[in-house]
Amino acid sequence: MVATSRPHVNSVISEPLWVRLALIALALVFLGLFLMLPLFVVFAEALRGGIGAYVEAFTEPDALAAIRLTLITAAISVPLNIVFGVAAAWAIAKFDFAGKSLLITFIDLPFSVSPVIAGLIYVLLFGAHGWFGPWLVANDVEIIFAVPGIVIATIFVTFPFVARELIPLMQEQGNEEEEAALSLGAGGWQTFRRVTLPNIKWGLIYGVLLCNARAMGEFGAVSVVSGHIRGETNTMPLHVEILYNEYNFTAAFAIASLLALLALVTLVLKTVLEWRYGAELAAARRL
Amino acid sequence: MRAASPAWFRRPSVLPGFGLTVGISVFYLSLIVLVPLCGLFLKSTGLGWQGFWQAALAPRAVAAYRLSFGAAFFAAAANAVFGLLVAWVMVRYRFPGKRIVDALIDLPFALPTAVAGITLTALYAENGWIGALLAPLGIKVAFTPLGIVIALVFIGLPFVVRTVQPVLQDIDAEVEEAAASLGAGRLQTFRRVILPAVFPAILTGFALAFARGIGEYGSVIFIAGNLPMVSEIAPLLIVIKLEQYDYAGATAIAAFMLLVSFVLLFVINLLQRWNRARYL
Repeated sequence: MVATSRPHVNSVISEPLWVRLALIALALVFLGLFLMLPLFVVFAEALRGGIGAYVEAFTEPDALAAIRLTLITAAISVPLNIVFGVAAAWAIAKFDFAGKSLLITFIDLPFSVSPVIAGLIYVLLFGAHGWFGPWLVANDVEIIFAVPGIVIATIFVTFPFVARELIPLMQEQGNEEEEAALSLGAGGWQTFRRVTLPNIKWGLIYGVLLCNARAMGEFGAVSVVSGHIRGETNTMPLHVEILYNEYNFTAAFAIASLLALLALVTLVLKTVLEWRYGAELAAARRL
Repeated sequence: MRAASPAWFRRPSVLPGFGLTVGISVFYLSLIVLVPLCGLFLKSTGLGWQGFWQAALAPRAVAAYRLSFGAAFFAAAANAVFGLLVAWVMVRYRFPGKRIVDALIDLPFALPTAVAGITLTALYAENGWIGALLAPLGIKVAFTPLGIVIALVFIGLPFVVRTVQPVLQDIDAEVEEAAASLGAGRLQTFRRVILPAVFPAILTGFALAFARGIGEYGSVIFIAGNLPMVSEIAPLLIVIKLEQYDYAGATAIAAFMLLVSFVLLFVINLLQRWNRARYL
């Protein structure tokens, strides 16, 4: 933490007080306008109609169905991405093999694909006019405009989160501890469970947190494959859109406020993890 | 445990699980990402060379690209300036509530894009808190391309701040002291010493924000107005084509955008390598 205390020790490499204050003020005004005000507005708009209307927005059956679907989607996609993320991180961090950097690039790929395109690729595969469409129709399997499509699209957009967090962390920790465990007679699975897992615990939780936030909040990809059937294939973000387009602003912002709350909880947990385990996570946070 | 037989393409190691974990990774990656993406490109080859470009470069599509790329560019540029300012203030100065502000910078990563979209629209609409202040000045934000830029500034801000922050933190005090002892003023030190050091990071953050802005959908469609040729972004055009069952048209636009994204991804990788090679 040399950097933070430095300006107060050495005046040659710091700015005059008025410059410092002006820059701080400018930065805070910018952040206030672009981050804090919107966050405040979500809750202000949600409560505009009073507590009664606010609560009513959640007890409506379509809203409950949307909340349930969002939870189901996250409950399926996040664990799958955890298994993949841990496996990929183990392969990449613990071994040297040809094509490793290519594998890392491919893992990052979903970050640079527009969410709409992420949805589109599954429509082209599983939609009525897609590659597997005729077969799916013949066998009465619904993927697009149904829950499986929503889950797959969510898996795509949240794909890199866990792996990205774990790869640099495990790379920095090296192989020595695992090798010691193995030489002491531990099996492979035992080594992972008793040595590796405790070491990467906080990084893993960190990745899961980000993965979950995105899984619950994804809009574009899910919107393309969902078909927007009220009470059936609407996740919370899609429900917000429908309510908003029906000019039912209070209800839209009420559901939105729940999602904003989720974002806030995510940020708080993430910050707590960074404060307490900052050194362990530092490698992972380096972009 | 039998000794893992070293495959020709990897360095031998005593750790187990190579085959299993690489197997899971490659299988899952292919299933979810690679095969579906290849499906898209395969589908677009079905259009034929001429048909593809006709659909990908139709006037309405070109107008959408111009808007998407233009708005993403201006937003990323604004973020490069303000992101540097925010990163600077966060690294160099102390003020009350700094830790909370620092945590809030990641809000755009955590807040669902649809929530950001309707909120910014409510703020910048003519009867909104900020929109009402700007309306007498004749500035319309919501339902114009300017609104799109605002939404993309919101979405892209953390990319620049979080890439610049660690680099700024790593600059040695000695370098600045040396500059000062050689007679440089603060502004001169900033321009000649600090700025060159953080420039690759700013560029990387810019590219990340730009790439994200091109594909952004949820936060933009509410505030954009979505008039064809005027305020219709490329991802929305894909959705519209899909809703009209014009799969060929949607695929062509998507394939074109993917190509641009991959070029950008390549540039970002180069930038990050440059960044690391110079300052880490």
